[in-house]
Amino acid sequence: MTSSLTVDEMAGSKGILSGRVESRDFPDWFREQQSEAWKQFESLPSPTRKDQLWRFSNVDLLDLSPFKFGGILGDDERAAILDQSRGLDEVAARLIFAGDQLIHRDVVSEQLKKRGVIFQPLERAMVEHADLFRKHFMSQPAVLGSAKFAALHQALVSSGTFLYVPRGVEIETPIEIFHWLYGENASVFPHLLLVADELAKVTVIESFRSADRHLAGFACGVNDLIAGPGAKVTYVCAQTWGENVRALQMNTTTVDHDASAMSLNLHLGGRYSRFESLSRLIGDGARSDLLAVAVATNEQEFDARTLQDHVSAHTASDLLYKNALEGRARCTFGGLIRVEPHAHFTDAYQKVRNLLLSDDAEANSMPGLEILADNVRCTHGATSGQIDEDELFYLRSRGIPITVAQRLIVTGFLNEVIKRLDQPAIEHALQQLIEEKFAHQ
Amino acid sequence: MKTETKAVDINRNIGDFAYPEVHVRDAGTGLSEKTIHYISDVKEDPDWVREFRLRGLKTFLEKPLPTHWASKDLETINFDKIRYYLSPGTTAKRSWDEVPEDIKRTFERLGIPEQERKFLAGVEAQFDSEAVYSNIKKAVGEQGVIFVGSTEGLKNHPEIFRKWFGKVIPIADNKFSALNSAVFSGGSFIYVPPGVKVKHPLQAYFRINAENFGQFERTLIIADEGSEVTYMEGCTAPKFNTATLHSAVVELVALKGAKIQYITVQNWSANVFNLVTKRGLAHENAEVKWIDCNIGSRLTMKYPSVVLKGRKSRGEVLSIALANNGQHQDTGAKMIHAADETTSNIISKSISIGTGRATYRGLVHVPKHLKHCKNNTECDALLINATSRTDTYPAITVRGTGNAVQHEASVSQVSAEQIFYMQQRGLSEAQAMSLSVNGFVNDLVRQFPMEYSVELKRLIELEMEGSVG
Repeated sequence: MTSSLTVDEMAGSKGILSGRVESRDFPDWFREQQSEAWKQFESLPSPTRKDQLWRFSNVDLLDLSPFKFGGILGDDERAAILDQSRGLDEVAARLIFAGDQLIHRDVVSEQLKKRGVIFQPLERAMVEHADLFRKHFMSQPAVLGSAKFAALHQALVSSGTFLYVPRGVEIETPIEIFHWLYGENASVFPHLLLVADELAKVTVIESFRSADRHLAGFACGVNDLIAGPGAKVTYVCAQTWGENVRALQMNTTTVDHDASAMSLNLHLGGRYSRFESLSRLIGDGARSDLLAVAVATNEQEFDARTLQDHVSAHTASDLLYKNALEGRARCTFGGLIRVEPHAHFTDAYQKVRNLLLSDDAEANSMPGLEILADNVRCTHGATSGQIDEDELFYLRSRGIPITVAQRLIVTGFLNEVIKRLDQPAIEHALQQLIEEKFAHQ
Repeated sequence: MKTETKAVDINRNIGDFAYPEVHVRDAGTGLSEKTIHYISDVKEDPDWVREFRLRGLKTFLEKPLPTHWASKDLETINFDKIRYYLSPGTTAKRSWDEVPEDIKRTFERLGIPEQERKFLAGVEAQFDSEAVYSNIKKAVGEQGVIFVGSTEGLKNHPEIFRKWFGKVIPIADNKFSALNSAVFSGGSFIYVPPGVKVKHPLQAYFRINAENFGQFERTLIIADEGSEVTYMEGCTAPKFNTATLHSAVVELVALKGAKIQYITVQNWSANVFNLVTKRGLAHENAEVKWIDCNIGSRLTMKYPSVVLKGRKSRGEVLSIALANNGQHQDTGAKMIHAADETTSNIISKSISIGTGRATYRGLVHVPKHLKHCKNNTECDALLINATSRTDTYPAITVRGTGNAVQHEASVSQVSAEQIFYMQQRGLSEAQAMSLSVNGFVNDLVRQFPMEYSVELKRLIELEMEGSVG
């Protein structure tokens, strides 16, 4: 597999705001879409705090002028990155991207290939599976505030993952994808297009990491996750960008009748990380679970915006977001349950819990409901509090030092979300990442 | 002019009638500096009030409509077609005999004299812009309580009035508070001296009776240290073809250890824009409680707030909203915690019927380094028909480790089992529905003074008529 970018283009390290890098091996129709998207990016206004969808968000951190397209990856760096790309022991397949270049690929088994599973880089899928690709690639508008950045992504995306699981195929072990940022002020535009056909079953875990945890960088990713009728899709994101990275991620999940989708987003890294998650329940009996865990320390800012969009009747959604905040960190949650007209018998739940561990931490919660149908059961809850003194006392009275006791309580608080995955190997990997973050302080 | 409808079935369209307008003073339609000077001249405002009004006008004209978050329906208000000041040209009356005959008849239909006979301490009724009738029971007056119209308040009690006027809600708080600051007239001024506990609720009825006429009353209540007062306001308005604007500002100041309870039953006719700013300031150990009930109007935007400025102060908002066909009740609450050990409680219940839309918008703010602040928010919404709509948009900010905030909301419909059970016992579906809805709001309604809770239940029953079957 070769990169579609030539070395010369990479060496230029142009600023991303100077526009699209030309001369890629993309089909004409895709390049046209990209120039359209670029025009859109330029014409759309930058978000301000006055926009309801950016309320409480520190939009000043979204100055993109310093950021450049990635530089050249030397052999040593490449080896180092591959060495650090340790994830799960058992995977069905694996792709590793560094600076949007595919640097490693473990393909799916012959057996899965024979049954029609397609797992390949985006630029190949758009040629070899143009119909499927065009039908689903960024087919939903970004409605949660980042239309401008979704356009930027579309204009500048150069690689990514395409995964198609055909009817009735169940992939038991997870598929793993790594995205690495490397180089000063580098930027990446990760993309995942996942189509699970009728009754298919698949789990994908994506890791977002920085080669150097101190360097500034910019990530602007989009995921399209499609669960066909009766399909079961699990998506896990483990975000551990470096401490000076600005990141935007826009995910859209479409859940057809009797299908179920579960997503878990772990946010640990970045200076500013905004995550938009739209879950559309378009068929009777669809179910969506939206889970997220964030540990925010120092000056970190996490901004999560969600929409549980109940388009069809007899659908269920359940959201659970938990944040632990230390230092001067800020977490913002803006979530909406929307029950469209005629989406009767909806069962929707939304809960956000903030655990404030320092006096300077700040948690903003905006759990919203818009109900346009009746015969629904919708509830939401938001809490913000600190560690329960009684729990702390209990642990201390058993001889556990206060700092360890605090950590235990925080871990327990976050584990409740992670356990919902019911996939021990992934749970363990995520817990380890959280522990590493605590250990770093 | 409409003629009086027959006075049968009095509850059904309470307030849906009008008498000929006899307005001596009329500032004409539209809003300009000329309007402000006209109002100030007629009201013989002191210079500082005139300046205050002009600043209000400037801010109003500068500020855009808040349609980036609020209903686009606001754009249908034509501010040039509204009459900003009307007055019967009479000063406030204290004796019943002096009140003009047609106004008396209006009051009679609203039942004011009867209620007064019951146990009201004082009546401050507003007919259009001016208080035409005002009577304070002897006992209250003897306690040193001041209960007058806002114009009288600023003229006769400037030393208390000026200190707090416009301080809780600054002119530039929002576009409509600025509008009110420019053209306010009417409303009440209440001062309760230290330690005085006013036993009976003070009451005022506000009514609109001139087509296209916006009413901009301004109320300021100051409860001095350790005092207690309850204020009740109920609104009814005759129906007219063109939309009417009501934009009030209510400021409450509860000094150390004082308690203020402010009760509103809003039943404007279905063409009124009701855009009200209400805020209370609670000093140390003080308590401000808003009980807010919205049944009428086309669009209501009202978010009673409490600024918890003093240690151990308490704020509470209990609200009921009922949105019927064509109505949008955009209500909520704001709690700004600004001192340690402050507690706030918000309980909101809404019912959407037909194409009605009920919205809860809330704000809870706990800044850093505060300790032991608590907030509890509960919002429950009930949807009656398939076309009904409800929204919840809370915003909660918490900093630091010493505080506990919880928010809960639920949306549901009347349970089919409950309806079945009641029907099985011989109630019609409509009766069962009405009973069920009343049960939904019952725990809140129980906290209202008795006569209000009776009136409220009746209003809910009337609104529920025709919504099922």
